[in-house]
Amino acid sequence: MQPFLTLVRRELGSSYVSLIGYVIIAGVQFLMGLGFFILLRALESKPFDKPVIETFFTSELFWIVMLLAPSITTMRTYAQEKFTGTYETLMTSPVSDWQVVLAKFTGALLFFMSALLPALMYPFLLKRFSVDLTLVDTGALAGTCLGVFLISAFYIALGCFASALTRSQIIAAMNSLVLTLGLFLLSCLTEVIPPKLGWQSAAFAHLSMINHMKDFTRGIVDTRQVIFYLSMTVLFLFLTHKVVESRRWK
Amino acid sequence: MIEVENLTKRYAGRAAVRDLTFTVKRGEIVGFLGQNGAGKTTTMRMLSCFMPATSGTARIAGYDVFTQADEVRRRIGYMPEGNPLHLDMRVREYLKFRARLKGLSANRSRERVDIVTEQCGLGEVAGKVISTLSGGYRQRVGLADALVHEPELIILDEPTKNLDAHLTRTVRQLIKDVSKDRTVFISSHLLPEVELTCTRVIIIHEGSIREQGTLDELQRKMSSGQQVIAELAAPVPDLREAWEHLAEVEHFDIAAAEGNFHRCSLTPRAGVDLRPHIFELAKARGWTLRELTRTRHSLEDIFVHVTKKEQEEL
Repeated sequence: MQPFLTLVRRELGSSYVSLIGYVIIAGVQFLMGLGFFILLRALESKPFDKPVIETFFTSELFWIVMLLAPSITTMRTYAQEKFTGTYETLMTSPVSDWQVVLAKFTGALLFFMSALLPALMYPFLLKRFSVDLTLVDTGALAGTCLGVFLISAFYIALGCFASALTRSQIIAAMNSLVLTLGLFLLSCLTEVIPPKLGWQSAAFAHLSMINHMKDFTRGIVDTRQVIFYLSMTVLFLFLTHKVVESRRWK
Repeated sequence: MIEVENLTKRYAGRAAVRDLTFTVKRGEIVGFLGQNGAGKTTTMRMLSCFMPATSGTARIAGYDVFTQADEVRRRIGYMPEGNPLHLDMRVREYLKFRARLKGLSANRSRERVDIVTEQCGLGEVAGKVISTLSGGYRQRVGLADALVHEPELIILDEPTKNLDAHLTRTVRQLIKDVSKDRTVFISSHLLPEVELTCTRVIIIHEGSIREQGTLDELQRKMSSGQQVIAELAAPVPDLREAWEHLAEVEHFDIAAAEGNFHRCSLTPRAGVDLRPHIFELAKARGWTLRELTRTRHSLEDIFVHVTKKEQEEL
């Protein structure tokens, strides 16, 4: 346990002392803030028929953050250590491969969550200053938080996997972006394939992250979706572990 | 401490290391000498459990490096080639991180970090960010990291690479200091390095061991054909005549020295020690003998000899 915690601390530390860490935080905050600003303008001008949380957390700006930021957050995890050679000192310390994989994942996830954290203030701001007290529903907010956490965990695990494959941070970011976007764009297939088609459209409906997020923002926590994200996260952690372990294959 | 048997590593069919067999006893400082690409780093990576061997076994302190990697890693301090460090960390912070990673308790790691900081002369830079340090200090940080968990064995891969002469000397002294109570295994492509710090040498060339032994043993092995230098006060024709008639001399050279002395370099025929013969000769002819030495082969000669032999065979 001690090596794991030491490594998580190191991961977090390196994110918070690096320029890229603050670039990520600033970028995320800018985009989220912009989204909030647009939402406020919309609220001002016309009466709203959709719940605000749903509007905010399914907007394009929110998805841009969720698609870009995890790739950039995780690109350094393995690639940088491999590039500078510290990977060798790390892997010759008395730590297990799983400890390394989980620590890097946890570190990146915690950092990304901390970058998103200030966005949590927006619903409370709305609640505090709006006349309409029903505007922000606590249940929906809790569901949203869970949804954001699960999607982040999945994308961070995926990003770690991409980073473990290469020595170059740029390639790591590109790979992870392609995978992230590819999986996300499966959601759009539901719009393309006519719903009558049978099992195909049903399968794609289950993969649609846009639909998942819609449910979460309404406070609906479907176990199928929770299990989907958790199992995808575990799958990519497992693949990362295989990559880390592969140096010891004969 | 280290027992290696028939260790082989292949990369895509090409053997980087072939059938290595050697042992390093507790308390020894052993130099692992070879040219670039001879297989030094590959061997070190296998010993430090970074990657497995294709075949053969290696045991450190009785533990197998592949199946009992965790036990082995606890017992070794390894400094990889190029001494990679987390450049964004401060020296003390880095050492503390490494100590905690290697399983030391919070108190113990504080104590050990203090000790190694002192030992490696890092006191004045302890609070500095590693990226701002000079090469010499970085090397010391790497060494401090290798020592922080009190390993029984330290493995250093090219510890003085890219350092200037002065720093090399400092780091070398440091290695000597820390090696008093533990086993050290150093790789290098620099001969003076090994000659000055190590008690025993293993010479590796193109993936296999060419020679091994203490410096004296190697020198003795090479001593057949060793030149003898004699400075004698005698006329050149007399000297020339004497050497030509001495059957044990294969080849000679005469050069003038100060006064009426002449400096003669004599190469003996296979394995003969010429010194008694020269002394007898000088006594018989009444020549004054003021110097009589056998040139010792430096490690460099041995190294060049060993690796050249290989190239000629090819």
